[in-house]
Amino acid sequence: MKLRRQLDLPSLPRALSPIRRFRSLEFPLRAPSTPRGIAPPVRERTTGAHYDTSWSRRKPARLARAAIVDGPMRLAMSALAAPDRRGSDRLLALDGPAIFAANHHSHLDTPLMLTSIPEPWRHKIVVGAAADYFFGTRVTSAVSALTIGAIPIERTKVGRRSADIAAELIEDGWSLILFPEGGRSPDGWGQPFRGGAAYLAQRCGVPVVPVHIEGTGRILGKGRSKPRPSTTSVTIGAPLTARDDENAVRFAGRIEAEIAALADEASSDWYRARIRAHASESPSLSGPSVGAWRRSWALGDRSRGAKKRARSWPEL
Amino acid sequence: MASDPRRKAPRPGFVLDVDRSTPPILFHHGDNFRLEKLPPGRSRVIYPAEPLPGLPDPEESIRQALLNPIDDDPLPTLMTPGMKLTIAFDDLSLPLPQMRKPDIRQRVIEQVLDMAAAAGVDDVHLIAALALHRRMTEAELRHALGDRVYDAFAPQGALYNHDAEDPDGMVELGQTRHDEIVTMNKRAAESDLLVYVNLNIVSMDGGWKSTATGLSGYSGIRQHHNVDTMQKSRSFMDRHNSELHKSNWRQGEVIKNHGPRVFQIETTINNNTFGYDGPLSVLQKREWEWTARDRATFLGMKTGLNAMPASSRRKIFQSWKAPYELTSVQAGEVEAVHEVTLENCFKQHIVPVEGQTDILTLGLPYICPYNVNSVMNPILVMCLGLGYFFNMYRGQPLVREGGVLIMSHPTPWEFHPVHHPSYIDFFEQVLSDTTDPAEIEKKYEKQFAEDEWYRHLYRTSYAYHGVHPFYMWYWGAHALQWLGRVIIVGGDPRSVRRLGFQPASTLQDALEMASDVVGPHATITHMHNPPILMADVS
Repeated sequence: MKLRRQLDLPSLPRALSPIRRFRSLEFPLRAPSTPRGIAPPVRERTTGAHYDTSWSRRKPARLARAAIVDGPMRLAMSALAAPDRRGSDRLLALDGPAIFAANHHSHLDTPLMLTSIPEPWRHKIVVGAAADYFFGTRVTSAVSALTIGAIPIERTKVGRRSADIAAELIEDGWSLILFPEGGRSPDGWGQPFRGGAAYLAQRCGVPVVPVHIEGTGRILGKGRSKPRPSTTSVTIGAPLTARDDENAVRFAGRIEAEIAALADEASSDWYRARIRAHASESPSLSGPSVGAWRRSWALGDRSRGAKKRARSWPEL
Repeated sequence: MASDPRRKAPRPGFVLDVDRSTPPILFHHGDNFRLEKLPPGRSRVIYPAEPLPGLPDPEESIRQALLNPIDDDPLPTLMTPGMKLTIAFDDLSLPLPQMRKPDIRQRVIEQVLDMAAAAGVDDVHLIAALALHRRMTEAELRHALGDRVYDAFAPQGALYNHDAEDPDGMVELGQTRHDEIVTMNKRAAESDLLVYVNLNIVSMDGGWKSTATGLSGYSGIRQHHNVDTMQKSRSFMDRHNSELHKSNWRQGEVIKNHGPRVFQIETTINNNTFGYDGPLSVLQKREWEWTARDRATFLGMKTGLNAMPASSRRKIFQSWKAPYELTSVQAGEVEAVHEVTLENCFKQHIVPVEGQTDILTLGLPYICPYNVNSVMNPILVMCLGLGYFFNMYRGQPLVREGGVLIMSHPTPWEFHPVHHPSYIDFFEQVLSDTTDPAEIEKKYEKQFAEDEWYRHLYRTSYAYHGVHPFYMWYWGAHALQWLGRVIIVGGDPRSVRRLGFQPASTLQDALEMASDVVGPHATITHMHNPPILMADVS
């Protein structure tokens, strides 16, 4: 030890440390440093909205995803959410790709949608996911792209890239799941719908299928980290096509109104919901404009508790 | 599937003359099958038409029919907020077998209700127009109407089965010019608008028969469900030569004058009973077109069925849901609508046939209108063969007067005790005394029709009305009068004899027995049904 100090030699473990050895390497074995006064070159980002998800739509990844969706994801949804799925018969006349637009309460909405959308759309579908949340790192990006077929959607700034990718995919025959609210509900009530789904539908000439999801907020609402099993319902509506005289804003309003009518149908009954829908009196998804506690209180009225299926006659 | 040439250009029905190269012919045999070699040179087989293409956009076709009705105003203009609206629909007996979801009734009724919702109609009732049939269970109603409609109306008591024996629920509307009583469900009769949703699988269905029979009671139905009417109906599948329909049309006049405004919706379906692919598709193909795969499927299916107990076989067949497609929908004034329906029905079913035959052979399937999710008892075997299949003609019967009818069916001595309680007593008590329809009608009908226990079971359980087995027997009255002999191949000899028919072990035995009546060189015609066909006999 004395001798080593006298000769000024480094300790053995420090000398053998790979980080130290790497740091001790010099250009060209290391990246060059930028001279002072020179702007460093801009590197293209490979995460966020720039993450390339094309690999996740190739056959091996699709097979893996199909196995995940029809296997563990479906089992998990049954165990956690016990979904009551309705309305898939409304898609009988639907031919080709569509945009499935749903309200958004929880991270469970995506797997619930993926396991509820019937064939042939289920296994040729991508999910519009927040670029800033699901595509933050390369690991989360890869996991999102593989398991749910996510594509990054920019929600914090205006850009064409997300829309262009989504439009290309739709033109290639892929369907798309979008949550037009742009994020999960903070308090159980809906948020204003953005125009992305309507714009894409008009641009690509495909219908929008409105879907209402109820109950996922109770299981894993925003701010909650541990799921609490409960019951959910998924009500699929009839496909909507933009009218000739309708711009994206109006079409988005119609999508929102239709999802509100589906919410009404899920919490009351189909006929009463249709009467209110025709009279433009469907209860709003965004809840009453009152104080926070009263909004929270009013949420109780929308639970499905009152709608237990009554058996009029015994089964033979 | 869409590129399947059979779907693009379906072939019409035709008559095959049997020669030595003709393969054995498929005979339905209850919940099993037989392959039978018909004598060459004197036999022919009538094949049904292949399924007509379904409407490309059924929802839009339904909407257009409701908005542009025949001889009536558009449905939305008939609806006002404070009105009393009743929607009646055909019961479980249609279609056969039950169709895959969504049922046409659901598709039509959802659109009718959506128009009612747009008009703000609050007072809506939905009634299964089952006349004297058994009540539909919740599962059956859900299948026919869908969960959305069921959940919206059943919990409030606004969706229910017609009860022909409810003393407070029936009204008498009057009498026809032939003094026939007309009764009707009170709610329907007192409605501002009665929308009737039909599913016309054969030409017998629909028209005024829907409301005059479906929503009526025993006193109204007995006016035409009797031996005399049935014997004069040549046939009851041919509306313009059917006394049954003439009587219903007279009752319709009374409904028109004294009952509710009726908006009739009629739909027809194609012959796609067993599908273009799948295990049963072979039953829809002509035997010489069976591929190696079809033959293997058939042999496998038959081996499996032979190894199974009857209850399992029944369960399998009753679970089959036919992939029928909607071929037409028309709405508006009852009679005008029905004429269009008949044309569309005949487009699918009519097969021109030259001349009558000495012996008519039939392979009876596992299902008839009255044993959906139930047992095909011997009385229903008689009704299906001598009632329905025998009457699938226009012009004259396929078999000559005094000819022989040979049917293939196991005819087990078995009854569903919940669905068919009065059938059991009819079989034991009535048929052991006489099989003559006129005598049965005179001696026993009133007793069964007014029996309090049967009435109770009809109203509160899932039983056919006490008088229903009589109607089944009357349904075959024309054939019984016409035929020289009826032979059942492969049937339980005890049940067959109780029916007044002769049992035979094989078709060859049956043909030999028939030769006693029609001679040794008699002509034979086999009706390859189902899928459904109707012979236009010249």
